[in-house]
Amino acid sequence: MVAKKGGHRDEAEEDLARDPLQAILLADSFAQKFRPITLERPKVLLPIVNVPMIDYTLAWLESAGVEEVFVFCCAHVKQVTEYLETTKWLSQPNFKVSTIESHNCVSAGDALRLIYEKNVIRGDFILISGDTVSNMSLTEALQEHKERRKKDSNAVMTMIVKQSKPSPVTHQSRLGTDELIMATDPDTKQLLYYEDKADHLKGISLDKSMLSESASVSLYNDKQDCYIDICSQEVLILFNDNFDYQHIRRHFLKGLLQDDIMGCKIFTYEICSSYAARIDNYRSYDAISKDIIQRWTYPLVPDVQFFKNSATKLERQGMYRASEIGQSRSAQIGPCTVIGNGTTIGNRTAISNSVVGEGCSIGSNVTIEGCYIWHNVTVEDGCKLKHAIVCDGVILKAGAVLEPGVVLSFKVVIGEQFVVPAYSKVSLLRQPVNQDSDEELEYADDSVGVADNLPMANGALTNDLAELDVCATSEVGTNGAGFIWSINEAVLEEEWRHSVAPIPADKLAAIMQSANGDPELLTHDDNILPPSGELEPESMTNDSDTEDANDEEATYFEKEVEATFLRAVEEDVRNDHVILEVNSLRLSYNMTALDCAGALFYSVMKLALDMQHNTTSELFANVAKVMAKWKTLLKSYLLTIDEEIEVIMKFEDMCMGSGKEYAPLFEQILHLLYDKEIIQEEAVLNWASEKEEAEESDKVFVKKCESFIRWLNEASEEEDEASEEEDE
Amino acid sequence: MPDVQAQVNDFVVKLRKRKIEGSKTTAKQTAELLRSVISQQRVPHTNQAGGYIQAINAIGEQLIAANPVELAVGNVVRRVLHIIREEDLSLTTATIGGLSVSAASDEEDDLEKDDHPVLSAAAVAAASRSTLRPPSLQTLLEDVPHSAAVPHTYSSGGDSEGKSKSTDKNSRSRKLKHNIIETVNELIQDITTCHEQIAEQAVEHIHQNEVILTLGSSRTVIEFLCAAKEKKRSFRVFVAEGAPRYQGHVLAKELVARGLQTTVITDSAVFAMISRVNMVIVGAHAVMANGGVIAPVGLNMVALAAQRHAVPFVVLAGIHKLCPLYPHNPEVLLNELKSPAELLDFGEFSDCMDFGTGSGSPLLHVVNPAFDYVPPKLVSLFITDTGGHNPSYMYRLIADYYSADDLVIKRRPTS
Repeated sequence: MVAKKGGHRDEAEEDLARDPLQAILLADSFAQKFRPITLERPKVLLPIVNVPMIDYTLAWLESAGVEEVFVFCCAHVKQVTEYLETTKWLSQPNFKVSTIESHNCVSAGDALRLIYEKNVIRGDFILISGDTVSNMSLTEALQEHKERRKKDSNAVMTMIVKQSKPSPVTHQSRLGTDELIMATDPDTKQLLYYEDKADHLKGISLDKSMLSESASVSLYNDKQDCYIDICSQEVLILFNDNFDYQHIRRHFLKGLLQDDIMGCKIFTYEICSSYAARIDNYRSYDAISKDIIQRWTYPLVPDVQFFKNSATKLERQGMYRASEIGQSRSAQIGPCTVIGNGTTIGNRTAISNSVVGEGCSIGSNVTIEGCYIWHNVTVEDGCKLKHAIVCDGVILKAGAVLEPGVVLSFKVVIGEQFVVPAYSKVSLLRQPVNQDSDEELEYADDSVGVADNLPMANGALTNDLAELDVCATSEVGTNGAGFIWSINEAVLEEEWRHSVAPIPADKLAAIMQSANGDPELLTHDDNILPPSGELEPESMTNDSDTEDANDEEATYFEKEVEATFLRAVEEDVRNDHVILEVNSLRLSYNMTALDCAGALFYSVMKLALDMQHNTTSELFANVAKVMAKWKTLLKSYLLTIDEEIEVIMKFEDMCMGSGKEYAPLFEQILHLLYDKEIIQEEAVLNWASEKEEAEESDKVFVKKCESFIRWLNEASEEEDEASEEEDE
Repeated sequence: MPDVQAQVNDFVVKLRKRKIEGSKTTAKQTAELLRSVISQQRVPHTNQAGGYIQAINAIGEQLIAANPVELAVGNVVRRVLHIIREEDLSLTTATIGGLSVSAASDEEDDLEKDDHPVLSAAAVAAASRSTLRPPSLQTLLEDVPHSAAVPHTYSSGGDSEGKSKSTDKNSRSRKLKHNIIETVNELIQDITTCHEQIAEQAVEHIHQNEVILTLGSSRTVIEFLCAAKEKKRSFRVFVAEGAPRYQGHVLAKELVARGLQTTVITDSAVFAMISRVNMVIVGAHAVMANGGVIAPVGLNMVALAAQRHAVPFVVLAGIHKLCPLYPHNPEVLLNELKSPAELLDFGEFSDCMDFGTGSGSPLLHVVNPAFDYVPPKLVSLFITDTGGHNPSYMYRLIADYYSADDLVIKRRPTS
């Protein structure tokens, strides 16, 4: 590098031109997202649209003009090297592929440090992971990178980004990764901020110095990181110097952005017309498969033989069929479907939006929708498959059903009529027991252990099969083979985010409500409740005609209070401060203490409702927990009986409207509030008596807690008596 | 030989990756590749033509499979095969009655018997006939499987036998190779100069003050128009831009640079403008045996509009674009769907392709075909390097340039 800087411009240019372009391909994702499949086969060899992922990456590198590729293998070294040998990648003219093997790397950082030690990289290189699909042309990006390097030797890396809008509801990109928030300098394209794990409630915080350094800053949330980086040698040196860097994005990139190490700068290059994406999880597997079928990756599409893939013909509506398939006349193959060579399809079978691999046999009356079926799979008559991934050699016995999001790993056998529940993962291997809960090791893949054990275990594996069969029968139906991996609670909740199946409608609705639906929810309340005439406290207290305006005001006020409260929950704000804030809100919205009490109570109850719960008893426990915590805060607004009555009425409204789940718990919670001394018996009794004159429909809840009220009455009488007695 | 194989592989890879664009470059490169194959190919002395044909067939099959849409590859392969047959034929007729014939046939018979003791008498007879008579193309083809089965025996034993052969035979084999390469060179020359050849005819077709319409961009069309301009014809050109690749813009730029009156219109305005047009001149991707044209997308619409207003629809095509196959032939892949990125911006439409929400099945489909098929009845005239032809005359041209036996280039399932 130094020599280049010192040398003459022209010479340096020639030098650059002469240097062969190198690339480092990481054939290990250092992640566990594709488990259990990756226990048996490395991720880069998993087929996407019937071609192993690494073929896409290598084919792209070759066509982009890269001359030398170092394939870094860690997990399943043997399989990767064997594959590269058998497919002749290692013996291509003008395209040198060599492998670097390691057995103890646990992260991309380790890999790069190892490569640095080998001292094989001589100039700028492309850093890419073996699961990337792209058809972009590197020339321009490379040119930009080199020109920048000439001007500023600190420009160590150019990362490729592409516009792709995240879903406004789930804050998730179409590839299933979290929304990426990125700030760049619009003139120089320098990357200033990178956050792929932004918290949407808290928002993001940018460093002030960012603005002082550059004249303007563009902030994006619709960019997708392609995970293709053009790096200069310094990147390897940086990794070597900072031995704690593990993850390229999480540590290296953010480290450079935050700590300003030696003034190194990272730049971005946006691609417009070409395609690039990385298969990170099952969701992106699905999305990228569909992109390939829809030809966004042209010329890396099934009907172009870009590398050793079998001849396939594109027919109407994006249906790809290999030359030799056996298809029954009555079988229906829908649009966006790929059928591999040597596959047979039985009578009245319907396949749509799916990829079927080579040598599969599919029986009659089978329905396959949105599935990825790999090679040599047997699907017997009458099976139903929806949005599932089925690996090589799986056998589905007659009538088996796969619900959305199921992943069947290699050679699993599903018994007759067995229904595999949604999002379950089935493998012949048992789930590793020692799950690393350590945050540091989460992505540090324990593939080390796996890699060591598995290749050797392969022989033993088959021997064990007979044994497995016996014990596994119960798990996946009669004559089945395989273990259903148990998913721990926290992951289960998130499972639908990353699965191949589309997000179920109810989940979407739920997020929609919790994320941006609150105003909707409240306006909804407004629409429903005013007829009852009791919710809006201001309509009683404020004798104004401008009820509509007030309604709106009240809605905003309640929203604000809730937001304040939630922030308090999140950030552990002291009670005094919350009170202060709510008070200032009350003043600015011109509300009464009554409203404050109502709104605050509503927020608390909402919090309990939003917490995870399955049964009503769990919900009740939630309420108890929340109440215990925020009792003092509530208490400070419940100064008089009126406010307490207001709280009860608010609760009643909630039960009828947004919080229907509370309805069966009404009495219990009322009792709880009484026990916790949040409301006094007087308030309950007053409320009950007030309701006495109300319409029949309004008295539902009063009736519900009749026994409680009776008990209260008796208690107070007793008390009276007791006090009388005492008086005496 | 490994050298040739590397060249072939390289070319196949390029074709597969769609790195070579345009039928002219493809045709030229194919011809050059085949020339080097022939020059380096060692063939048996007995059935030289058969050896060449077999070699070219094998390579041709690979090339065609690499990019079935680019018909020019197949055309050139077939042309070269035809050249080999023709040269062999002319040599045989020239030396017929010559001295070495009987000896050669004897030797051949022996050889054949040695190698295939179970070979049928009919095949032997056919083989000897092939050298005695002007070889019917059918018998030549029948020989292919024999020689395919025994290449090493020939190459190993070939040298020793070669020495015992008459010098006459050697000179004949050298002559055949020489002739073939000469003719292939001519073919390459033809392909390189086809633009000029076509452009020479421009003045006969474009008249003073005419209005010409064209769509997209074609090198042939540019040369044709400019040739007319150079001959002091003054005329105007309407250029339809040719979405989605908008090569019409490039064409317009070039025409203006050469001083031609140019008007750019959208593809959708073609029908509105056609009534003012005197002639439509377009390029083609390939011309089929029935006179139908495979042309850049949008041309069928132009042809229909021209027919409606009785405007002549003229197609310029170098002879290498002439394909001996019919469009209904199963081997002919009429179209290729390109990337949708040419039509719309991925980023802008990425929210329409979020498969995580909704039913999970894509709702947005983008179809971007590269070609159109224009039926022969819509074409008024073809202008090739050999002159103007009617669509119905195409099959005659094909008979001139191709042998009927080469129409299907597929390895026989013998091995």
